[in-house]
Parts: sequence; structure tokens; C-alpha cells
Amino acid sequence: MLIDWFTVVAQIANFLILVWLLKRFLYQPILQAIDAREKRIATQIAEAQQTATAAAQQQAEFQRKNAEFDQQRAALFAEANATAQAERQTLLTTARTEADALREKFQQSLQNEQRVLQQAILQRTQQQIFDLTRKTLTDLADTSLEQQMIKVFIRRLGELSDDERAQLQIGSPSVRSAFALTSAQQTDITAALQNLAVGANLFARPSFITDPNCISGIELNVDGHKLAWSVASYLNDLEQSVAGELK
Amino acid sequence: MRLSPDDIIFWQVGFFKLNATLLFTWGLMAFLTIGSILVTRNLSHHEQRSRWQNLLEIIVTGIAKQIAEVGLPQPRVYLGFLGTLFLFIATANLFTIFPYYEPPTGSLSTTVALSLCVFIAIPLFGIADQGVRDYLKTYLEPTALMLPFNIIGEVSRTLALAVRLFGNMMSGAMIIAILLTITPFVFPLVMSMLGLLTGMVQAYIFTILATVYIAAAVRTHHEDIVD
Repeated sequence: MLIDWFTVVAQIANFLILVWLLKRFLYQPILQAIDAREKRIATQIAEAQQTATAAAQQQAEFQRKNAEFDQQRAALFAEANATAQAERQTLLTTARTEADALREKFQQSLQNEQRVLQQAILQRTQQQIFDLTRKTLTDLADTSLEQQMIKVFIRRLGELSDDERAQLQIGSPSVRSAFALTSAQQTDITAALQNLAVGANLFARPSFITDPNCISGIELNVDGHKLAWSVASYLNDLEQSVAGELK
Repeated sequence: MRLSPDDIIFWQVGFFKLNATLLFTWGLMAFLTIGSILVTRNLSHHEQRSRWQNLLEIIVTGIAKQIAEVGLPQPRVYLGFLGTLFLFIATANLFTIFPYYEPPTGSLSTTVALSLCVFIAIPLFGIADQGVRDYLKTYLEPTALMLPFNIIGEVSRTLALAVRLFGNMMSGAMIIAILLTITPFVFPLVMSMLGLLTGMVQAYIFTILATVYIAAAVRTHHEDIVD
């Protein structure tokens, strides 16, 4: 007989005991260890995902802040640039203005110097001409010269236009001369003036004044209007000519 | 000629006896249990773990995976029974490499005992899963006429399970014993290696068949629910 029934029963018992033993000492501990590990790994993965999510959020936040910062920086740069440009413009304008002012001042001072120089040259020329003239006149002074002078004066009176005559006619005339006029000369001049008269009005009798400063000449003043013949008038022409040369 | 380790009797009092089958079975039980205790008393719950723990984890998860692949939705429920079947048969067959060792699976008593366990476990798991009435109704499908054939099928497949394992293991041991008397040295070694392979395959076949039977008892119910 191949089947021993006692062995069969005993083996069934043995097998059931082995099932219990292995469940107790093999399957349960091993499965628990695997479960615990899997749970821990799942927790770690979940934590890692949370961390990743948080990191992504933080990254987004940082990027947003960065963009904001860039914008602010660009705005500040633009503002600073604009300010600098404006400041530069202001400084340039100021500098230009100052430079213009300086140039003008310099030109003014140059002109002043030129004028002073002209003045000095003129004065010296005048002085020399006066000296020369004075010397010549002093040397030549005699009745005929004076007579000649008055003749010239009277001739110039005759050359006046009607308007000028009308202007001279109003007011009281005065005749100024470097030397005292004789009564005959005064009469000649008075007569010449009366000849100028236009219409019914006559000239008032002129007053005669001797003025040594009126160099070698004679002049007629009627309320500010002046008719003169003197060396000074020629000197004026000379002055004009010298000034033209200096420019 | 001795066909079964049942015939090696060390001690007997009436019906009770201590034969080689029981002795080697106890030895295997002691090996499996002590080995498990030694490894699992210092289990690591972290990534760093001992190679023995790795080995046991591979074995346990491998068996669970096989059970799930056959079609049992909750492999951990059946792991205790089916896993122990596989480990016991595989260890019993593996130890044939040791001299003077007689595999308990080479005894028809042992294979009958294991088959009976499967025979009883199938309706138990089926009933636990779908209740007594629903389970018994499966014997009447597709028609009530099929009841005797269903019962015959249950019994015959259990018998086939027992005889298949016994025949394979016994024949392996027989062939080696016979070859040893005819051609010593090299040829029995080759046959012994072949026997080792056959033993592993038999352990796998026995467990997978038991799994398939249990899955069939359980699955009918689940398919109904799905329908």
C-alpha cells in the first residue's frame, strides 16, 4: 500500500502548522517591512512633490519679482537718463550763456579799448593840430585874417537854405568869437543877418561874446541852432576820417 | 524495492509511527521556520537591508505576483496557503542534492495530504469569497445535470495533483537509484541535476494548479459581479 493514512493525517497537520509558522515568521514580517518602506517612500515622494511645488511657486515669485525689479530699474534708468540729459542741457545752456556773456564782455572791453585808443589818438592829433594851428594863427594873426574869417562866415550865412534861415530867424542870436569883433565887423554881421530875414520878421540884434576857447573861429547861436566856421569844424572832419581808418 | 520514504520506519506503536517522511518533513519545517526567524528578526524598514532579507522579499513578492497573475485579486489572502505549498515542495525537492535525503514529496502520503489540503481549501476560499449558497450553486452550472461531473472533476483533479507530484518525485529518486547501480559516477549526477529542475518545475506546477483551482472557485463570483 503506497498510502499510509497515518502519515497523510500527520502531513496534513504538519502542513497546516507550517502554514501558520511561515505566516507568523515569514510573510507577515516581510510584507509589513515592504509596506512600511513603500509607505515611507510614498510619503517621501509626496513631500518631494510638495517641495517641488513650493519651489516652483517660489521660482515663479522670484521671476515675477525679478521682472518687477527689471522694470523698476529700467524706469529708474530712464528717469536718471532724462534728468542727466536735462541737467546736461541746462549746463550747456548756462555754459553757452556764460561764454556768450564773456565774449560780449570781451568784445565790449575790446571796443572800449579801441574807443579809448581812438580818443587818445584823436586828442593827441587835435592837440597837435591845435598847437600847430594856434602857432600858425598866432603867427598869421592880423586884421586881414580876421576880416577874411568874417567874410567867409558871412558868405556861408548867404548859402543857407530858406528853412534854415526860418529856423535861425526865431529867437535871439548870439555871435561867439575867439577875438573881440570891431564895431564895423559887428555891423557887417548884423547887416548880413538882416539880409537873411525872410518875410517881414527881422533878426533881433545879436549879442557878441568873446570866447578864447572857440579856437580861431566864429559861430552863430540861435536858441540851440549853431552856424560856425572854426578850425574845430575841420578838426571834426579829420576826426571822422581818423575813426574810419581805425575801424 | 522501496518506493516511498514511508517505508523507512524508525519507531512504531500501533497506528502511530515515525517514518522518514515525517522526520524529513519536520526537518524541512525547522529549516524554513528557523531560517525565516533568523532573517526576519532583524528586518530593516529602510533602503539599506541585508541580502537575506532581499532574498526573502524577492521570494514572497514573487509568489504574490504569480498568484495575482493567475487571477486572484487579493494575493495576500492566499499567500499563506499557496506560498507555503510552493516553499515546502520546492525545499523538499531542492534538498535532494544532499546525500541520504529522501524527499517527503516522494511519498504518496505526503502528496495526498497536500492534495487534500488543496481539495478542502478550494471550497473554503470559495465560500469565504461568495458565501455557501452562491458557491454551491457553481456546481449546478451550467445545468443541474452537470453536478455529478463537477464533483467527479473536483475529485479527479485532486487525485491527479497528488499522483503527478508523487510520480515525478518518486520516479526521479528511482531513476537515480537505478542508475547508481548501473552506471556510477557521472551519469547519476546529470540525472540528479535534471531531477532538481523537475522538482522545481513540479513545485511551481503544483502551486500554480492550486492557485488556478482556487481562482476558478473565486473568479466565477467576480465575473458575475462584473457582468
